Amino acid sequence: MAQSAQWPDRQSTRYLGKNIPRVDGPAKVTGTAKYTYDVILPGMLYGAILRCPHAAARVRSIDASAAKAMPGVMAVLTDIGQQARFAGEEIAAVAAETEEIARDALKAIKVEYDVEPFVSNTLRGKDIPDRVGEPQMNSRGEDPDTLWSQAAAVVEGEYYVPVREHVSLETHGVVVRWDAEDALTCWCSTQAVHGVAGELAAGLGIPRQNVKVICEVMGGGFGSKFSPGVEGLTAARLAKAAGRPVKLMLDRYEEQVATGNGPDAFMRCKAAATADGRILAIKADLYGTGGYSRRWAIPFPYSTYNVPNVRAAMHGVQTNAGGQRSLRAPGHPQGCFLTETVVDELAIALRMDPLEFRLRNVREGVWSDQLRLGAERIGWARRASLPKSGRLRRGIGVACGTWGGGGRGGSVCEVRVGNDGSVWVGIGTQDLGTGTRTYVAAIVAEVLGLPIERVTAEIGKSTLGNSGGSGGSVTAASVSPAVMMAALSTRERLAQTAGAMLGVPAGEVRFADGNASAQGRSVSFAEVCAKLPAGGIEVTGQWNQALQRSGVGGAQFAEVEVDTWTGHIRVLKVVAVQDCGYYLNKLATESQIIGGVIQGIGMALLEDRKMDNGTGRQLNPNMETYKVPGSLEIPEIDVVLYDTHNQVTGVGEPPVIPTAAAIGNAVFDATGVRLRRLPMTPKRFFDAQEGRMV
Amino acid sequence: MNNFAWVEPKSVAEASQALKQGGAALGGGIELLCLLKDSLITPPTVVNLKSVSGLSGIRIADGIEIGALVTLVQIAQHSEIVRSYRALAQAAESVGSPQIRNVGTLGGNLCQRPRCWYFRDPEVHCLKKGGAKCFAVGGDNEYHAILGGGPCYIVHPSDLAPALIALNAIVATNNREMPLEEFFRLPAQRLDHETVLEPGEIVTGVKVPAEMAGWKSYYYKARERESFDWALSSCAVALQMSGATVQEARIVLGGVAPIPWRSKEAEAAIRGKTLDESIADAAGRAAVAMAEPMSENRYKVALTRNVVKIALLEALK
Repeated sequence: MAQSAQWPDRQSTRYLGKNIPRVDGPAKVTGTAKYTYDVILPGMLYGAILRCPHAAARVRSIDASAAKAMPGVMAVLTDIGQQARFAGEEIAAVAAETEEIARDALKAIKVEYDVEPFVSNTLRGKDIPDRVGEPQMNSRGEDPDTLWSQAAAVVEGEYYVPVREHVSLETHGVVVRWDAEDALTCWCSTQAVHGVAGELAAGLGIPRQNVKVICEVMGGGFGSKFSPGVEGLTAARLAKAAGRPVKLMLDRYEEQVATGNGPDAFMRCKAAATADGRILAIKADLYGTGGYSRRWAIPFPYSTYNVPNVRAAMHGVQTNAGGQRSLRAPGHPQGCFLTETVVDELAIALRMDPLEFRLRNVREGVWSDQLRLGAERIGWARRASLPKSGRLRRGIGVACGTWGGGGRGGSVCEVRVGNDGSVWVGIGTQDLGTGTRTYVAAIVAEVLGLPIERVTAEIGKSTLGNSGGSGGSVTAASVSPAVMMAALSTRERLAQTAGAMLGVPAGEVRFADGNASAQGRSVSFAEVCAKLPAGGIEVTGQWNQALQRSGVGGAQFAEVEVDTWTGHIRVLKVVAVQDCGYYLNKLATESQIIGGVIQGIGMALLEDRKMDNGTGRQLNPNMETYKVPGSLEIPEIDVVLYDTHNQVTGVGEPPVIPTAAAIGNAVFDATGVRLRRLPMTPKRFFDAQEGRMV
Repeated sequence: MNNFAWVEPKSVAEASQALKQGGAALGGGIELLCLLKDSLITPPTVVNLKSVSGLSGIRIADGIEIGALVTLVQIAQHSEIVRSYRALAQAAESVGSPQIRNVGTLGGNLCQRPRCWYFRDPEVHCLKKGGAKCFAVGGDNEYHAILGGGPCYIVHPSDLAPALIALNAIVATNNREMPLEEFFRLPAQRLDHETVLEPGEIVTGVKVPAEMAGWKSYYYKARERESFDWALSSCAVALQMSGATVQEARIVLGGVAPIPWRSKEAEAAIRGKTLDESIADAAGRAAVAMAEPMSENRYKVALTRNVVKIALLEALK
């Protein structure tokens, strides 16, 4: 069966590939869904972390006696960190009867620091040699410096994509309860229940099997929530020291400074194209920071285009700022923006239609077809007739993206059917917000011919069958094959019972509408189950490679209106053509793509982590000045599901990749002003227009 | 946030007394909560002004009187304000988000502290907080002042104030009345606070004179995020028209100076003129003629010029 397994034709399904409302939607919108933030245990204390205010410092002395003496303070840890490499790094922690007491206790801890020199951001650090790592070269073909004379067009410039943050609405945090000397339960806002269990066990020196991690629902992760983090391990140590459960949820400031970010990318670039409209060569120096580590690289030139001759040097810059973590398609939105802007500039320099230029240079694959499809949808032909003078000007731009999105082996799913007809499916994955729980239930409901309400899907527990973290857009392609295989095995087992009842071979039994039928006769699902052994049946499914596939492409077109009097850019419409394979839930897939585009609009127009070189501190560690899109920033988003194959692939990350580049190219089309620095705020518009660049 | 006692005064006098003893005034609580959470203030008491009656009404009588506790949404949706004092309704509508407009008050909007990110950082001891220097000088001053700055370079964040000053409003406190224009203080005049308020003094309301109902007014606010943002630059205009000619004008800028910035230069540029695009542009140029941009906010010069132009042209529509 494993070889022949395939997804059912969407023409014949009740759920799969259709619009399936989220099974946990009502609980979420009525407030009954329990997030980590909502967990309250008997005897629970509140933990809080003391963070270094300095960008670089060593602890000379720490005196927590006053904090320890405060009524209600139940545990104090002064050994969390002895050195701070960014403002906000963890130094000490307390657990107290209330959150207020915990915060007051932090203020009572006296720390003396030896403050050290610091460098806050890439734009400063790139010019300081001992802050810059050894370059990583991306080289192919000839040295571009030997080729410029063959070029019909050369463009040169400096570009910058700033550091962006995840801005999960639910901050990082845990509730930890020790169940025995070497066993604990941890409620964690995480995108990897098994990963967190492993890290807690390793970090605390207790057996992996004694750690139970629970994440029923969570309020966003975007790549920042794979680990229990310092806060998770600290909470466990506080709980141990106090002998009581501890809740430790970060506040917004902590979330913004200390739980990761997507790195920036500064680039000096020279690129050339030939008279026949082919990209000839790109030479670039790129700098970016992953925080204190010098490890940094992005995909450049982005792989959607054929660039025969490349010399790109990637320099990691050491800064005293919070460290990078995966952020929705790590490296790709940056690489895409830089490449697609340069590609657009080359087309303009050649006086060639940017779409035509892309069609000549795009790599073999889905992109040519997607570009033509998207151009049709947005009305590329209207482009020249849009207003290009006066106060309000309009333009259309385009960019392409690529991603993996295939599954990881190793997921194990269990299905149980009771002799009362109840059906349960469990797998140790988690719902990052993408609708995992819904398709886990829907697959089983589909295969067993039951209404989805009759299937209980349990996820978000490390005690369930192994499944990996939800990152890299791998979850659907990792989870769904195992669920499908478990569901098919369950149906096979039930078909034997039903076949015996109906007097037909098991292979002839069909499950639909809550019945098992064959040769015009039918029995209800419940009647079949009643014949099962008293304990019901338990069936396990393993991941199956044939049900999934990696490698997706996408193309996005943006139409914008630029107010040239105020520099304000309004996105009017985005067409997102997204390679998506066999989508399990059309509604959730489209939502996922819409969400990606919205996050891409944030990158394009608003998001910019600002580190101050004078104070060494983040200037905008909040949602007031670190701005994400609101309702008025969100345009019409036309999602085109481009399904060319019958295997599941992930679309969590791909749709965020091309949006900012498409918007930037649209702004140029509208105004003739090239914004090489994100975000494209009124400041950037006037700076570019008046010749003030990066 | 520090622990504090809760005070429910029954009169303005009681409230004033409590504030004199170091209490912090609570109107809608939007700004107060920001200040408390960042420990920028640590008052022994929070004085709930909502327990005082008589501060929350809008009264039409020889102009319009608005109590300090009137919410932004009430101002934005008040039919007489929308009809006769359009700039004020537009300014109220432009503040924050719907949730903020539902609880934020007139008094709070006028008395709010600057949003400067150095001022708001509890770890940064800036000039305004009694420190030695303004960190915006030589720092990241993208959102700071281009007019009236020094030695501190905050911009005043209020949207209502420019509109009310354009409408020639009078502000009343528990012990005096004055033109709202005279209510604000430049850093060079007073560093620790942005207004003339003395300890224990409470804004009780504003009054817009009846004759302003005959003026054409408009408030335009440029911002990065339409959904929810402070002004990068804003402009309130009120024009007394005689046919197509501007008889008299009041033009006030927001988001560009430490106080709501009345631009008499811009007013002079249109007085007695027939307002068209080139005259409006001249007014914009006049408004920023004396601008002294900092290292990162040069963009505000061109932006403000155009914001004035837009406000003037829209006012006539």
